[in-house]
Amino acid sequence: MDKQLLTKIEQVGYEQQGQRAASFVQSGDAVLESSVGQEQPLVLMPTGKAAARFPELVEKYWWKAVARDTDEYTAATAAAPEEQGYFVHVKRGQKVAFPVQACIFLNQKGASQKVHNVVIVEDGAELNMISGCASDKEALEAEHLGISEMYVGKGAKLTFTMLHAWAPGIRVRPRTTVLVDEGGTYISNYINMEGAEDIQMNPLTRLTGEGAVCRLNSVLVVPKGSHMDVGGRVMLEQQDTKAEIITRTICLGGEAINRGTLAGKAKGVKAHLECHGLMLSEEGYISAIPQLDAFTNDAQMSHEAAVGRIAPEEIEYLMARGLDEEEATAIIVRGFLNVNIEGLPSVLSEKIRAALDSFSLHK
Amino acid sequence: MLRVENLSVAVEDKLILRNINLHIAPGEVHVLFGPNGTGKSTLLGTVMGFERFKVLEGKIYFKGKDITGLPCNERAKLGLGMMIQRPPTIRGLSLRKMVEICGAAPAEVEELAQLMDMENFLDRSVNEGFSGGELKRAELLQLMAQKPELLLLDEPESGVDVENIALVGKAANRILSDKNHAALIITHLGTVLQYVPATHAHILYEGRITCQQDAPGEVLKCIEKDGYSACACKCCISRCQESQCGGVCLKG
Ligand SMILES: Nc1ncnc2c1ncn2[C@@H]1O[C@H](COP(=O)(O)OP(=O)(O)O)[C@@H](O)[C@H]1O
Ligand SMILES: [Mg+2]
Repeated sequence: MDKQLLTKIEQVGYEQQGQRAASFVQSGDAVLESSVGQEQPLVLMPTGKAAARFPELVEKYWWKAVARDTDEYTAATAAAPEEQGYFVHVKRGQKVAFPVQACIFLNQKGASQKVHNVVIVEDGAELNMISGCASDKEALEAEHLGISEMYVGKGAKLTFTMLHAWAPGIRVRPRTTVLVDEGGTYISNYINMEGAEDIQMNPLTRLTGEGAVCRLNSVLVVPKGSHMDVGGRVMLEQQDTKAEIITRTICLGGEAINRGTLAGKAKGVKAHLECHGLMLSEEGYISAIPQLDAFTNDAQMSHEAAVGRIAPEEIEYLMARGLDEEEATAIIVRGFLNVNIEGLPSVLSEKIRAALDSFSLHK
Repeated sequence: MLRVENLSVAVEDKLILRNINLHIAPGEVHVLFGPNGTGKSTLLGTVMGFERFKVLEGKIYFKGKDITGLPCNERAKLGLGMMIQRPPTIRGLSLRKMVEICGAAPAEVEELAQLMDMENFLDRSVNEGFSGGELKRAELLQLMAQKPELLLLDEPESGVDVENIALVGKAANRILSDKNHAALIITHLGTVLQYVPATHAHILYEGRITCQQDAPGEVLKCIEKDGYSACACKCCISRCQESQCGGVCLKG
């Protein structure tokens, strides 16, 4: 792995010497690493290889959560001659203690990268994934289409932390569906503080079993020249399911659209959506679009959306305690980004905390 | 320590304070009485240096230095510290971090928090969902860490129950335990006098200030009996006649 690539993917969570149960790295079309640590209770391999080896799993899981013909991007990926991306499988009751890391790197000008990721966490199993995506500065006019299908079994738990650092102008079209069965938990953390791409995604989480829970946290910094249309949809399809969507967006001059949809379709569902945006630039915009759909009379669903500038009183308050204006602003911004990201292994939460703490307005 | 000379202040183009003179020496504790909306918070905020208070005329000196044009963080560094009447919430910044920002070492934070009965609030966002009394205690906790030479308190007792007022007094006295420190305390009802050793009193009435009285308890009694206006007038006339300080009856 060359140094430059390593530096880039380290920015999105990759650790060469870290405590990882398994690692996957793909650059362009080439798989650079696909390894599972000794005695780690899981399978990880390139998706194409997995499809050849496990036809019964293909039958059950491939293109089942995301239909091939969902849109032009899913269709193009499904039609690709070679299946790329990663496959992760944790069998019933297995708990993977260390995180599994997967990085996808885009390195070529004009490239169209198409990956199909499949993650299966069977009943009672637990998995922590760190998924990083980044690109080379040379990768102009390129696109990344990423289809992810994830299955969380009964009483299983998947924590999926995604870090993005795409170069300016790259077109990014993730298409993700997660199915969470009875009593399962899905936690998604999405952090995009380095990128400047044109991204459009609105991943779907379906709580298909009673008492399933999901929590989607996103932290988004939107610089000038970028277009980030990022959302999350949760269908609460069964009784007593719970969902929470929390988004923090900072606009530094780009176009930010935050969508959030919660649909309560069964008895006793509870869901909350919180979408806060901070405008730190005279240019650009934030458009917060929360949507609640209730289909039962006892659905408890709420949302809270707020977009604005930093209140001058807040800056002055900190200045009255001795900070200069710049320090005060930075502390307020960091506080704003400081969502309570639960359920992370401590190494990862420290890493994210460090990324948030080092966030600077003067890049 | 603090000298305010002929200060006139406007807020959003509206003249609020007129020709204020005030002198506070080290070791003194001044209280400022006055009805609602008369400009008390404006005076304190102007001394602290908040931007919305525009000085139209006059000067503010602190420890001999002209601070009239200084931003509030410079004033804080010089030794001014203020308890804000309605402090904003800072989401995502823990009270613990805030107290450290104010100058406390990590170990000291716990100790000070115990004094203010705020240990359970240290890991919450600053002021988020705090009740009236908790807000005051959080402010004082920060000020104890800041240890300002001149303590500015804006209605420390308003919206606070008796127990919490005692805590307010405890914190103020701790900051004032250095005999060279001084304070300017706004009080609406005067309750705080029972807990803090006030040495001087002023009445602010319709944007103007009486000259200084040295028996705060007497001034409070006078206000309770005759009301702010009459009392301000009485204070001023008697005082100014004997000292020929040139003050005028505020009514006139
Ligand atoms: N932001 C503001 N815009 C306009 N008027 C204000 C503002 N803040 C205060 N005032 C006015 O200034 C006057 C003095 O207010 P303040 O200093 O808060 O009084 P006090 O603290 O004595 O109750 C009041 O008439 C109030 O309405
Ligand atoms: Mg006031």
